[in-house]
Amino acid sequence: MSEASAHALEHHEPLTSTGIHNKKVLMWAFLGSDCMFFGTLISTHLIYRKISATVGGNFLDIRDIFDIELTSFSTFILLASSLFMALAVSAIHKGNLNSTRWMLFGTIIFGAIFLACQVYEFTHFVHAPGNELTLSSYRGEPHVFGSTFYVLTGTHGTHVAIGVFWLIGWFVYSFTGKMSTADAMDIECCGLYWHFVDIVWILIFPVVYLMEYAF
Amino acid sequence: MATESIKYLSPDTEIETKTKVFPRPDQHASGIINWLTTIDHKKIGVMYGMAALFFLLLGGVEALLIRSQLWSHNMEVLTNREYNQMFTMHGTTMVFLVIMPLSAAFFNFIMPLQIGARDVAFPRMNTLSLWCFIAGGIILNLSWFFTGGSPAIGWFGYAPLTDTRFAEVLGDMGPDFWIFSLQILGLASLLASFNFITTIINMRAPGMTMMRLPVFTWMTLIVSFLIILAFPAITIALVELMFDRTYGTNFYDFLEGGKPHLWQHLFWIFGHPEVYILILPAMGIVSEIIPVFSRKPLFGYGLIVFSGAIIGFMGFAVWSHHMFTTGMGIVATSAFSILTMLIAIPTGIKIFNWIGTMWGGRIRFETPMLFALGFITMFMVGGFTGIMHSSVPIDAQHQDSYFVVAHFHYVLIGGALFGLFAGFYFWLPKLTGKMLNEKLGKFVFTLMFIGFNLTFFPMHYLGMIGQPRRTHSYNEGHGFETWNQIATIGALVLGVGIAIGVYQFVSAFFNKKLKDAGKNPWDARTLEWTLSSPVKEYNFARTPIINARDQAWENNYGPKEKHSEKEPLDDHGVHMPDRSWCPLVSGLGFLILVLGMLFHQSVDVNTGEVLRDYTFAIIGGMIAIVGIIMWSLEGPAGYHLFPKETEE
Repeated sequence: MSEASAHALEHHEPLTSTGIHNKKVLMWAFLGSDCMFFGTLISTHLIYRKISATVGGNFLDIRDIFDIELTSFSTFILLASSLFMALAVSAIHKGNLNSTRWMLFGTIIFGAIFLACQVYEFTHFVHAPGNELTLSSYRGEPHVFGSTFYVLTGTHGTHVAIGVFWLIGWFVYSFTGKMSTADAMDIECCGLYWHFVDIVWILIFPVVYLMEYAF
Repeated sequence: MATESIKYLSPDTEIETKTKVFPRPDQHASGIINWLTTIDHKKIGVMYGMAALFFLLLGGVEALLIRSQLWSHNMEVLTNREYNQMFTMHGTTMVFLVIMPLSAAFFNFIMPLQIGARDVAFPRMNTLSLWCFIAGGIILNLSWFFTGGSPAIGWFGYAPLTDTRFAEVLGDMGPDFWIFSLQILGLASLLASFNFITTIINMRAPGMTMMRLPVFTWMTLIVSFLIILAFPAITIALVELMFDRTYGTNFYDFLEGGKPHLWQHLFWIFGHPEVYILILPAMGIVSEIIPVFSRKPLFGYGLIVFSGAIIGFMGFAVWSHHMFTTGMGIVATSAFSILTMLIAIPTGIKIFNWIGTMWGGRIRFETPMLFALGFITMFMVGGFTGIMHSSVPIDAQHQDSYFVVAHFHYVLIGGALFGLFAGFYFWLPKLTGKMLNEKLGKFVFTLMFIGFNLTFFPMHYLGMIGQPRRTHSYNEGHGFETWNQIATIGALVLGVGIAIGVYQFVSAFFNKKLKDAGKNPWDARTLEWTLSSPVKEYNFARTPIINARDQAWENNYGPKEKHSEKEPLDDHGVHMPDRSWCPLVSGLGFLILVLGMLFHQSVDVNTGEVLRDYTFAIIGGMIAIVGIIMWSLEGPAGYHLFPKETEE
């Protein structure tokens, strides 16, 4: 009896048909689906961008309120966080728990800086004197740019926030002493998500921000 | 060899292995707790099916109310608003709460058995999907009891019908209920689909290559991909609509720069793949049934699989044929017209393959086969009118007439529902271990077939002579009365047929008089028929090693080298996971979150200011998060079963 029980307690991963872990397949399927979420949002933004360029007869120049230096900085921070994430995944695979913990911490901090920048940006836009951009208006006139802009970048921000909370979960867990290389797959999935959210921002930054300066 | 003796000593001995952080109900859980906390794909399938059958009756009653309002000219059974609510609720219920969950019921129950798996890849996620579906059904139907009653916007919710300023009733909450229920139903479908994709890709038994998968499993895979790629579009469209209604954004608000046209595009980018999400499972079921009752292998297996995949791909490229009359311009209209005509080719290939399977076969006309044949013929009628609609000038004539109603009911009842009923008659003996009454089954088929054609065939003619759809009444003198009365009588016959069918399915679980089914009552071909009926908790005592496509058939009639083999029993038996409360807790959290969002707004009587109170939404969100945290921490737990060596 006891021998059979001992066998059962071992954490044996089931073999899969493809050799890829179930959780990884799930995460890739989810990311495929998430592409369509952002695809829909980005298309909505692009469709409205030109259609509704004028407000009360005045041409809307969104550059008046965009702070491209700040956004470039936060973009850099978010991309840099991917390096920490990659190092964390690499460290857990090697069994280096201390390194994993602090690389996770680095990712969390950089993710949090990005979120802080976004909160600052949103607040700044809503209250920009003379150029208030709200969900429904620009300079007090009805407008669509605010709707598509806030919902698109806000959805991305929500993704980052979920990622940050997920990472905080792992960071806290690393202090319980239970973390081991058996968690490598879970952290790798977390990493996949984090890199994906970064890649989406690589798309959003040129399409929503830089393009306003080009054409 | 201590383990050796344990293995054979005591069949069905259970050894507990509990390493849990939070208590999980174990195998000794009593009836109701067992059902609430189950993570067994078979029980989840049964619950999906039962809930969907309930909604089928509910949606059917709504349909009968619509039909009685149209009995004659200027009837007053329903007011115009009630009529609008009725067809909105009928459409939404039938699509999201009946056909999709019925398909999900079969995916859940049959697919893991067909690929030789003990369960799906993520059993607890599967349970969460079930509770989200139930929550969505509850939320949609709660709408009857609040301001404005149910939504009166059509299942398509076209802008600006959803605009708060054009609401017939001040503060109409119907569309909000509709938005949130679709969101949570979408979550249910997405969770289930991620699960099925992972299961089919990763959990096939040894030797079960992709091209040995039963066609039903293939269609499950294709439909799951359609769901995960199509639902995001409607989710985002609904998020945008929610922001429009709640926070005053202008996505679809044409008075302030938005474009209602965009809603149509986003809705149909989801909506057309949705049509294939509804029909492909039925095609999979029929592809399983026809070979069995023709006693021949499926003709052109590869072609059927690939045409299914091509339908899936092309399904994403034809959405605008729902919008030919919106003025998209000649280029777009022509492109979508051509693609729509092309999609008839893979569909036609499937029909010819089914005919080819029957050709020269020894056909047995038992109930599942009758429904499958009903599917082919009725779906063809719907398909032909579909091809007619792919032609833009004809579509412009048929647009918004009863001809269109006839078309999609031929596809969705004559097609999807007949296919699903065929599946019930075919697989229920596997669920319950009892054969259904063949005579009653044939009676149900006759009623449904006659009732269905009486209802919907005249609608082709009604549409041609100009009766508009979505209109609650008509005047005297158009000559609509006779055909409408025939349709209403037909709807009653169809309703009685469906009700008897549902009674037969439900009673199959309790009726002790039915005769035993045994393992393989139909002499069928696929892996699930090698198992005992009803299927054991662990499905396969020993993992099968697959050596042929029609494995059950080859085991009985094939050469020795095509028989399936079995992996040896593990020393530690079959590991069964414990039940879990976490999916139910998370699902409840989502329900409270949604209700909190629905009721978070109130208007200050004195100032007219909108007050927002997110307390309940936050509580719901916290419950959901607590559920998920418990979920990730509750740890592996379970028990071991030791089936007899001889068991399948």
